[in-house]
Amino acid sequence: MFSKEVTEMISFGLLETLYMTLTATALAYVIGLPLGVALVVSEGSDSSFVKGINTILGILVNLLRSVPFLILLVALIPFTRLVVGTSIGSTATIVPLVIASAPFIARLVESSIKEVDRGVIEAAQCMGAPMSKIIYKVMLPEAKPSLIVGAAIAVTTILSYSALAGFVGGGGLGDIAIRYGYYRYQKDIMLITVALLVVIVQILQEIGMKVARIGDRRINQ
Amino acid sequence: MAPIRPIISIRDLEKIYTGKNSSVKALEQIDLDIYEGEVFGIIGQSGAGKSTLVRCMNFLERPTQGTVYFDGKDLSKLSKKELLTVRQSMGMIFQQFNLLMQRNAIDNICFPLEIVGMDKKQAKERAYELLEVVGLSDKAKAYPAQLSGGQQQRVAIARALATGPKVLLCDEATSALDPATTHSILGLLKQINKNLGLTIVVITHEMSVIEEICQRIAIIDNNRIVEIGNVIDIFTNPQSQTAKSFAYPGGNKPGMSIGSRLWQIIFDGNSSYEPIIAKTVLECKAPVNIMFADTKNIDGKAFGQMIIQLPEDENLSSRVLAYLRTQDIIVKEVEASVQQRSD
Repeated sequence: MFSKEVTEMISFGLLETLYMTLTATALAYVIGLPLGVALVVSEGSDSSFVKGINTILGILVNLLRSVPFLILLVALIPFTRLVVGTSIGSTATIVPLVIASAPFIARLVESSIKEVDRGVIEAAQCMGAPMSKIIYKVMLPEAKPSLIVGAAIAVTTILSYSALAGFVGGGGLGDIAIRYGYYRYQKDIMLITVALLVVIVQILQEIGMKVARIGDRRINQ
Repeated sequence: MAPIRPIISIRDLEKIYTGKNSSVKALEQIDLDIYEGEVFGIIGQSGAGKSTLVRCMNFLERPTQGTVYFDGKDLSKLSKKELLTVRQSMGMIFQQFNLLMQRNAIDNICFPLEIVGMDKKQAKERAYELLEVVGLSDKAKAYPAQLSGGQQQRVAIARALATGPKVLLCDEATSALDPATTHSILGLLKQINKNLGLTIVVITHEMSVIEEICQRIAIIDNNRIVEIGNVIDIFTNPQSQTAKSFAYPGGNKPGMSIGSRLWQIIFDGNSSYEPIIAKTVLECKAPVNIMFADTKNIDGKAFGQMIIQLPEDENLSSRVLAYLRTQDIIVKEVEASVQQRSD
């Protein structure tokens, strides 16, 4: 159906998309997971100083989340250049992707941890568990199924962001869809790239849900 | 097993929750001694403040005023770290069991041992021992979702015992369980109290729980302790309104509020074998109306109580009373206020 060049271009785009999405998700979790934990822990603190930090973190997260991704993408160009040396291509796209999705992931993590039964945390406190152990022995393991579902949502959102980055030469399938499908009216190329994106979203979402279910001891033996 | 030394002492404790615009008094003027090796009950209606009180005992809630001594230590004077260590010598179980849902039974029991930093292998061994104590050796690998409520509470008890605490706090530990399971869990607690000499503090709103395992109780109402003493004394001779409503659980039945001339008779272990009412009726040739009757097993002794209504005729009723007083039982007039109380 397509020439060898086009097929190669699309498969390379596919790889680029996966590379951007997965790397950005991983890096965004490095920031977002501790940030989400910090949001939960600081909220329940007795100290007004820590509560103040919670408010500041909350505002920061909301601020970053309310800026449209396309604008953030452009606004971050100088910063991206500083970090990776260029502002085009898939590696450059990872920078704004991480910055845009880390606060979103922090909120996902926050809501997952808040689902953990207060009583279980109280039981751990009664045993004299320090906060650090409550976080990594109670909050995170008990929230695991919900965290995984959250990760599936995060990865698909990042995937769609990465496609948007095609507008500023971000590489990947989105880039191809815009350059060939949109600017050059090659509808067949646009269709195939969009279809590929749909399939990837479906697969990632399915995997996430399955893994979450299998790991959940409340429903699975 | 004579209780001698208080393990928990509370002096003039007050707890106020301060909100943005208002503050709520949860507890006030609480003075309490719980002795080593006893099973102490704290009973009250929901909202009376009993759960807050038990949380003040391990400083999960910091009292606004007053002191809590645990094992001779003033908890308010401890550093954060010292407080965590003290909590390791107090076990606690809850109404909703609060097990880690993503860990199986054995790993749940290992959890407090991980906190104290015990070696993994050693912790597993100890956990298996405890699982045997609570009679669930065959459920080591089961997850909480696969266990019944009673089994989950047994795991929770094993978990609470893991670090070898001096006190076990039970916050409505049987309130989510059916009567038969409640009975078996209370039996287990009794056995632990006897075998390990562990002090147990039981928070409940059910008199039956108190009767089954407690030696002494505090009755809490409206954020204060209204009565404190031996279960038998409070049961046979309640002073406060709240104590009365717990001692006569039928007090709000419609039948109780009609009519007067109500008398309470109390049988102890010996007299409960005598057919006293039947003999009274035959002897005095007067009918008596039984308004309420109950037999209880308080800490291993059979206790019965009955509330009877005497005949309207003055002569007849005084004859009945006179006869009852010759018997080996306690006879008391029931005040009208008890009859009208409703919760």
